[in-house]
Amino acid sequence: MKVVRPYGDTMDDGKVQLSFTLPVPDGAKGREAARKLVLSWGFKDCEVVHSAPLAAEFSFYVAYGKTESSIDYDSVVADEASADASMNMDEVNEYIRRNLGRKVVVVGACTGFDAHTVGIDAIMNMKGYNHHFGLERYPEMEAYNLGAQVPNEKLIDYALKVNADAILVSQVVTQKDTHIHNMTEFIELLEAKGLRDRFICVAGGPRIGNKLAVELGFDVGFGRGAYADDVATFIVKKLAEKN
Amino acid sequence: MKSKLNLPADRVAYARQLAERITAPVQDFIDGHSSVTVERATLRLAGADGASPDGVPVANLVVDRIRAADPAALEDGATLRYVNALLKTGGNERALNDRIAAGFDVTSLPLGDRAAIEAKADEIVAGTLARIKRNREFREGKLEQWKGRNNSPLLYLIVATGNIYEDVKQAAAAAEQGADVIAVIRTTALSLLDYVPYGATTEGFGGTYATQENFRIMRAALDEVAEKQQRYIRLTNYASGLCMPEIAAMGAVERLDMMLNDSMYGILFRDINMYRTFVDQMFSRMLNSYAGVIINTGEDNYLTTSDAFEKAYTVLASQLLNERFGFRAGMPSELLGLGHAFEMDPSRKNGFMYELAEAQMAREIFPDCPLKYMPPTKHMSGDIFKGTEMNTLFNFVSKATNQGIHLLGMLTEAIHTPFMMDRYLAVDNARYVMNYIDGFYDDVEFKKDGIVVSRAHQVLGETIEFLELVERTGMFDAIEQGLFAEMKRPKDGGKGFEGLVKKGPAYYNPFEKALKRELGIVR
Repeated sequence: MKVVRPYGDTMDDGKVQLSFTLPVPDGAKGREAARKLVLSWGFKDCEVVHSAPLAAEFSFYVAYGKTESSIDYDSVVADEASADASMNMDEVNEYIRRNLGRKVVVVGACTGFDAHTVGIDAIMNMKGYNHHFGLERYPEMEAYNLGAQVPNEKLIDYALKVNADAILVSQVVTQKDTHIHNMTEFIELLEAKGLRDRFICVAGGPRIGNKLAVELGFDVGFGRGAYADDVATFIVKKLAEKN
Repeated sequence: MKSKLNLPADRVAYARQLAERITAPVQDFIDGHSSVTVERATLRLAGADGASPDGVPVANLVVDRIRAADPAALEDGATLRYVNALLKTGGNERALNDRIAAGFDVTSLPLGDRAAIEAKADEIVAGTLARIKRNREFREGKLEQWKGRNNSPLLYLIVATGNIYEDVKQAAAAAEQGADVIAVIRTTALSLLDYVPYGATTEGFGGTYATQENFRIMRAALDEVAEKQQRYIRLTNYASGLCMPEIAAMGAVERLDMMLNDSMYGILFRDINMYRTFVDQMFSRMLNSYAGVIINTGEDNYLTTSDAFEKAYTVLASQLLNERFGFRAGMPSELLGLGHAFEMDPSRKNGFMYELAEAQMAREIFPDCPLKYMPPTKHMSGDIFKGTEMNTLFNFVSKATNQGIHLLGMLTEAIHTPFMMDRYLAVDNARYVMNYIDGFYDDVEFKKDGIVVSRAHQVLGETIEFLELVERTGMFDAIEQGLFAEMKRPKDGGKGFEGLVKKGPAYYNPFEKALKRELGIVR
């Protein structure tokens, strides 16, 4: 058992930094309201170090709180696919040559009305992101990035056309749970066509966790901080497992 | 403005010539065509407002029924039929719109005397243009009255709640915090609808529907804040997507001050058909121009989809093409808010100097344009502190190089639509930097062969090479082959192609004629 608390400058001091807006005018009363509010969240101590007016009826606060809450670090299970065991690009290609002996076909898109290609581009485009090359760069992969606002139906048709092994669904916009509707519809469409087992289904996006993706029927989900290496590693290992 | 980069004037002029030659055949195509949304924009300007009980706008009903009655009839223009119906039914526009919304088909009436139709149309055109002109004069009057009260560059903030009434609160707060420009970001996928929704809306995904009623509500709210603040607050929306001209028409009538309007964005980044987009952008820009609306072009998109350092030349190339298409639509430089962005990888050594070089280059090549500078987005992460640092340097470059329109970076860019406090922190950062370095740049000269100067010369050279390739290939083929933004867009592919209309020998569009006359467009 390893018990941990937030660390400010001394072990176990429990110091936490907070900032928030209240729909009240700035002033002494607003600051006191902010302090009491922070205490009501269970903090043992609170100092409001800054406040400023945002508009006539809104004010901004920066506060420090001290918490006594702790967590048993050893009991924690991370909601991540395989991030700490990913192979790099060369290793993935070598793995494909050795274990699969053919090119791996991947199709990806940002589906529904979502127009943000940042995520799918980071994973798929040649250039990749933050010095991690995208799947298009992998010599043992054929990667098709269909871009944004692709209907689920069209994505599936395309995956069939190029005989894909894996389908990548990117969802950036999460307002009003539109990502959940899109992802659910995608899986339902596959199931209706009897195709769910034909493809490895990968979901990704800044607010997509592995847990959520698996709950919705995907094989895996990748959130913030995932690179092409992580996605590729998962796909090729899963493929080898399937064979 | 004293040059800091010593860009060779003959090379810059040559780059402009290339843009002129590249766009000339495109303009020939544009001049021979209309589209369903150009026709609908014209109808809207002629008074076609309202929608059927199930939400189909009157302008769409008219165009769709004309096409249904005779697939070739639209080549004469839709206005002819609408004005004819006005004369034949003897009522006003509103009465006619109600009848159309209830099912009445304007093609069911035989065409009356052509001279009478044209006379009536001229009267309508004069009325609408007068209204747009009054809007323009109102804006100019307020800008004069409150001269010197806006920030320079103009601070531009986005609101995006999905609910126009909530947007109004956020916009008012943003203006009180110091914003000069409020953009109401549109709901996802609005650009792919081939109609403009009707009425006030309270539901949207990642933004708010662009409707004429929403424009009116936000305009009124910003005018109220402006009076309090004694500072004109500009309103921005998006004349992009499948309804560029219609949204430009709505913006002209409701006194929007800026509109996003790019000659190629829809093609490359929304997969809208290339011919359709070129035709639509022309009509929308004539309207923007007449209304005194500053357009914001979308060069930032080239940098978010590719590497910002390697593809810097695509920005200058696009700026030159956008400028030329703008000139062809009668726009003066003062209305061309050509875009670019601070999107280089923050881990790149000397990235700041490259950003500075490119921003300064844009300033020197387009001295009269109110350049629209976009903040870092691609390399923003959940690290809001790092995000703040990047925004600070962005603010530095923007102020130093005297950009016109400064879209404020949000520290929570990669996390959620901005909180009210995020906007406050953004304005606060910008004001701090812009005041603190106010005169700094005047004191600075760059080394003749230093990093900054060399970079600008290099990008100009790459731009010219690229434009030469586009000219040799031809614009339509260049887009098809994926020369722009690495996107291959087939000529007959993309959305909205079926809405393209070849003008017939008897094509009639009194607004187009009047706008060309007013703007001094010869061809």
